[in-house]
Parts: sequence; C-alpha cells; structure tokens
Amino acid sequence: MDIIVCIKQVPGTSKVEVDPETGVLVRDGIDSKMNPYDLYALETALQLKEEYGGSVKVISMGPPQAIEIIKEAYMIGADEGILVTDKKFAGADVLATSYALAQGILHFKRFDLIITGKQTTDGDTAQVGPEIAEYLKIPHVSNVLRIIKATKKHLILDMDMPDSIGTIKILFPCLITVEKDIFQPRLPSYKKRILTMNREIKIMGISQMADKDEKKYGLAGSPTKVERIFPPEEKFDRETWTGSGEALAEKMTKKLKELKFI
Amino acid sequence: MDKLKINHEKIDEKTAKKLIDICPFNAFDYKDNKLEINAACKMCKICVKKGPPGAVEYIKEEEPRIDKSLWSGIAVYVEHNKGKIHPITFELIGKARELAKKAGYKVYCIMLGFSIFESAQELLHYGIEEVFLYDYKELESFKIEPYTAAFEDFINNIKPSIILIGATTVGRSLAPRVAARFKTGLTADCTYLDVKENTDLIQIRPAFGGNIMAQIITPNCRPQLATVRYKVMDSEVRSKDISGKITVCSMDIKKLQSNIEFINIVQKEAEENISEAEIIVVAGRALKTKKDMALAYELAEVLQGSFAGTRPLVEAGWIDSKKQIGLSGRTVKPKLIITLGVSGAVQFTAGMKSADYIFAINKDPSAPIFSVAHFAIVGDIYEIVPKLIEDIKIAKSTHPSSKYRVPIFE
Repeated sequence: MDIIVCIKQVPGTSKVEVDPETGVLVRDGIDSKMNPYDLYALETALQLKEEYGGSVKVISMGPPQAIEIIKEAYMIGADEGILVTDKKFAGADVLATSYALAQGILHFKRFDLIITGKQTTDGDTAQVGPEIAEYLKIPHVSNVLRIIKATKKHLILDMDMPDSIGTIKILFPCLITVEKDIFQPRLPSYKKRILTMNREIKIMGISQMADKDEKKYGLAGSPTKVERIFPPEEKFDRETWTGSGEALAEKMTKKLKELKFI
Repeated sequence: MDKLKINHEKIDEKTAKKLIDICPFNAFDYKDNKLEINAACKMCKICVKKGPPGAVEYIKEEEPRIDKSLWSGIAVYVEHNKGKIHPITFELIGKARELAKKAGYKVYCIMLGFSIFESAQELLHYGIEEVFLYDYKELESFKIEPYTAAFEDFINNIKPSIILIGATTVGRSLAPRVAARFKTGLTADCTYLDVKENTDLIQIRPAFGGNIMAQIITPNCRPQLATVRYKVMDSEVRSKDISGKITVCSMDIKKLQSNIEFINIVQKEAEENISEAEIIVVAGRALKTKKDMALAYELAEVLQGSFAGTRPLVEAGWIDSKKQIGLSGRTVKPKLIITLGVSGAVQFTAGMKSADYIFAINKDPSAPIFSVAHFAIVGDIYEIVPKLIEDIKIAKSTHPSSKYRVPIFE
C-alpha cells in the first residue's frame, strides 16, 4: 500500500493577540511545529504500512523552513518527503493550496491512499483534504474514526456523521481525513533521526510542476481575499445578579433563551 | 493579479525587524540584508497598513472581471438524516432570508436524498422560494461523488450567487468538494455574514484559535460558498402557512456512481463523556442530601445537557468519578456550564473556566466561583433551580424547533 500523508507546519502557539490600539498582531514567539492533527494522519499511515506493507511518503507546502517537519516525519517513520515551496505561492487560500499540493502529489506517480489530519490548528478549516481529492478526481471520506480493515483494493472504515456513524467500504485510490485519537501517535526516534539525517528531501517549485501556470497558484489562484483582520469583541462583561429566587430564575431563563440554549 | 512589492531602498535591519514583528503569518524572511516574502503570506496587507510607510506596497493589477449579474439567489443546503431536517438548516434559512432581502435575491433550498419528498414539505413553512430536490436511491446515504455531482447539477442550472452550508461533519466534507469543482472560494465556520451592494458576501470567521477575526470576500468568483456552525445564526421562525414550491430535479444517473459503499449505519447513542458535552450542569457541595441531586439531574435533562459534579460529591459517593470536573477529574470546554452551589476552588475552575458561558449560582457573594463566572447569580439554589426548571419547560414548549432532538443528548 503506497500512502501519502499531507502535513503542515503551524505556529507553535495559538496565543496570538491583536493590539486593539494599533491593530498590530502580538505574537508570543515564532516557534513552529508540525500541525498536531497531522501526527494522527502519519500514525495511521505507519500502522497501515506495518500491517499491510508498502511505503509512507509525506508532502508539505510552506516556506523553506517547513523542511523541519519533513525531517520530523522521517524521525517518526516516513520513507520519503517533498516540500512544495515557491515565493509565488504567497497568499494562497484553500483552493490554491490544494492545487499546489495536488500538483506535488502527482510527482509521486502512484499512490493508493492519501491521509490528512482533520484540520490544522492555524487555518482550522478542514477544507484542504477534500479539495485535494477533488483536484485528483478521487473519492474522499472526512472524519474517519477507525480503520477496520484494508485489502489491496479497498479500505473499510468508520466515518463520523452528525447523528450517526457509517461503516463504509471505499476503493483505492482515495483520500481520508482522520479524527484525533484514531491511533496514539508515536514519538520521533533518536535512532531514526541518525538514520535519516542525510535522507533527501525533494524541493518542488512551480517550475517542477506539471502545470506551470502561475495564475493557478498563490494569491493569483486564490478566489478568496482577506479584507481585514481585527481583534474579536469581548462577548460581554461579567454580570452579577441579585434578587428573589423567582426573579433570578426568570432572568436566567431569558438569558439562556437569548443565547439559544433553549 | 494583485501583489505586494517590497521597496528595498526603504528596508534596513530595523524596518525589516518591524515588518517581521507585525506579520501575523511569519511570512517575511530577512537574510543577507535582503527582505523577502515567503509562501506563508496570506495577503492580509497588515504590512502595508501598519508597517513603516512605503516599505511594502500593494500593487493592484486589473484582471478580467466576471459578470456577477449572471449569478443570483442564495441557496441553502438542507442537512438531514433520513428526511429529518437538522435545525442548522433553519438557521441558515434565517440568515439567507436576511441577506436576500438586502440583495434583492430569492432563497432556494437544495435537498439531496432518497424518498425525501414528504420531508421537504416542511421547508415550505420557512418562507423560501423554491426547494430543488434530487431524489435518487444513489443519494440515500452521504457518498461524496454522487452528492457533489447533484450539487454541481444544481449550480449549473440555477446559478446561485451565494451558497450556505452547515459546518457539520457532512457539510465540511461536501462544501470544499463543491467549491473546488467550481474553482471558487469557500470560507469555513463563518460567525458573521453580510452582503455588499455589488453582491459580494462579507464573511467573518475566527482565525488562530479565535484570537483574531478575519473578514473575507470572494470578489471575482461565483458561486460564493460559506459554512456556518450550528447555533451561530438565529433560526427562521416556522410559519403556519406554506409558501414556495418543490421542484424535483432529474439528472444523468451515470454521474451518481460511487466508489464508496455503505456497509452499516449506527445512530449515535447518548453522550456519556462529559469532556465532549456542549451543556453541563454541575452540582456542588451546597446540595444538602443525595436526594437533592435530582434538582441538578432535572436541570441537565431539560437543557438536554450532561450532568457533572465536584470532587467532594465524588468522595461522598454521590456521583461517579467519570463525572468529576477539575484537575483530578475531567477538563471540559462546553458552550454552557451552570454551577449549582459550587464554591469554585482553583482545582475545580481549572477544569472548566474556558467554557463559552459560565452561569454560577451561589448564596455567598464572595464565592471564588464568581471570579470566573460570566453571570454571577447570588441566591439559594433551592429557591432558584425548581423555578428555573419550570420556566425552561414553558419556554421550550413554545419554541419552534423543540420537536427536534439531537440524538446525542437524548
């Protein structure tokens, strides 16, 4: 089974605040790490490889320093990695990101399964996986809770739906996005770190892609535009209520209704 | 195409550092006295607006504009489970009608499934113009290829300007697929929507774990897709009267093929794990006897929430340890938490203070729980809670969506 895992480098902390006076972002350091949800995707791939054989390849799009998370994936057990990076990818939204990743994935020539985490901690959209699947014209299943079985031709798995859980069979090639806790992710190993220290990491820019049309990448290829960013408003001030039991109950009911809990 | 231009003559170590500091996306690299913008840039333009004047310039280049007048109307995707319509749908209709009024648009519904004609009638009570129904055996369960194909057929025929989809697990899987097929924009989990005069949808969503808000538009693509989470928008009120019509659509059945096959579907059972609960009622030491726990149970029940307790109650053997909140129990982040006679030791509040809304009832106005509560209710639980339960029951019996029960809370 040839498996590709999509990974992303995200800020090490989500403690970002906007200065209400200046509108400037206050960042708490610039640490970055692998998107925690991707560790579950990588673990799922490694479990499948251990059970059924094959290979695990990782792909990431980001700035050149995102090479660090590919090295990390090697230390965890990935066999091969590609970093898709180009200045022209700047300003990429979900669509342009998915397109660049899909183009990068084509470089691997063949695959049975693509696995992504359920979402990233910075973008938080959960949209890139399904859009990659669309570009590659393969089916996908989001929110996979459990892998039940795999054969050479298909996977059997549990998928989370709003009111139910579906057990489904999906033919290869396909893409799945996995839920947190599908497996317990393993830690990077020191032994693997030594072993993979000099392992090649392929760097791909637009010039190495099958589609070299710059209009499809980065800002130019992004249908959405960020008009502005601003700090969230405080939802409310703290309130203290006093009065008779009856009046307080009434006031609470009114507030709960207003907040749509009733 | 628009781009950012760095005016290198204005860049020195100091200005470069300033730019690096203000960029929320860490998209500047400064190496060998040269500043560059890398792929992390999201074009938020904060460097242009707040950076050293003139250091970074926004270059707008005209590109061919699409004819937006070819696209009109707002479509709402009808989320349902075997015909039982998910209440997020009525919330989206409420927002769609508000936007439609402003833009002079009609509101449509698109409903995909099998044997759903009867269920679709319900939508006609919500003031929409037309329901487009795709009723095929192939659409009985949610499979991505046929669902996307039917959606594609709908968009090609109706050409809606705006499409709203609930950010449920199904919606978050389907919406991006449809957006990519039309190579258009999709904004996830919008908390605020409005429409401009030129029909561009203003979409505001939280980013960075809610620490900043981003306002996003899709200026030169149609349709414009947005997902919205459950319980964010106000639900449309059900009218007794019926308006609008249902149109049953037919399409090429070959396009409904799938490489996915359903083996089994299990309806979710009651939620046991309080860590996942959206509404929690917590009993504290002010409850005098084990029997009085019924008060807390009943309040949780009428709110369709979970029930939890503090450590002293676990130690007294009144509740199961799985229901304990706090450092030595579970950490919870519900949308609503109501504490009944909980004093609020740090060990307890550490496990619940990130809840969206905290209502605390306690007789003692100086109880530490009030320092984390959004609503500090000073009073006796024995006076307040029985009345509260009654009031909620009455309020619910007059609510339009009270017929629907999310199975998870049943």
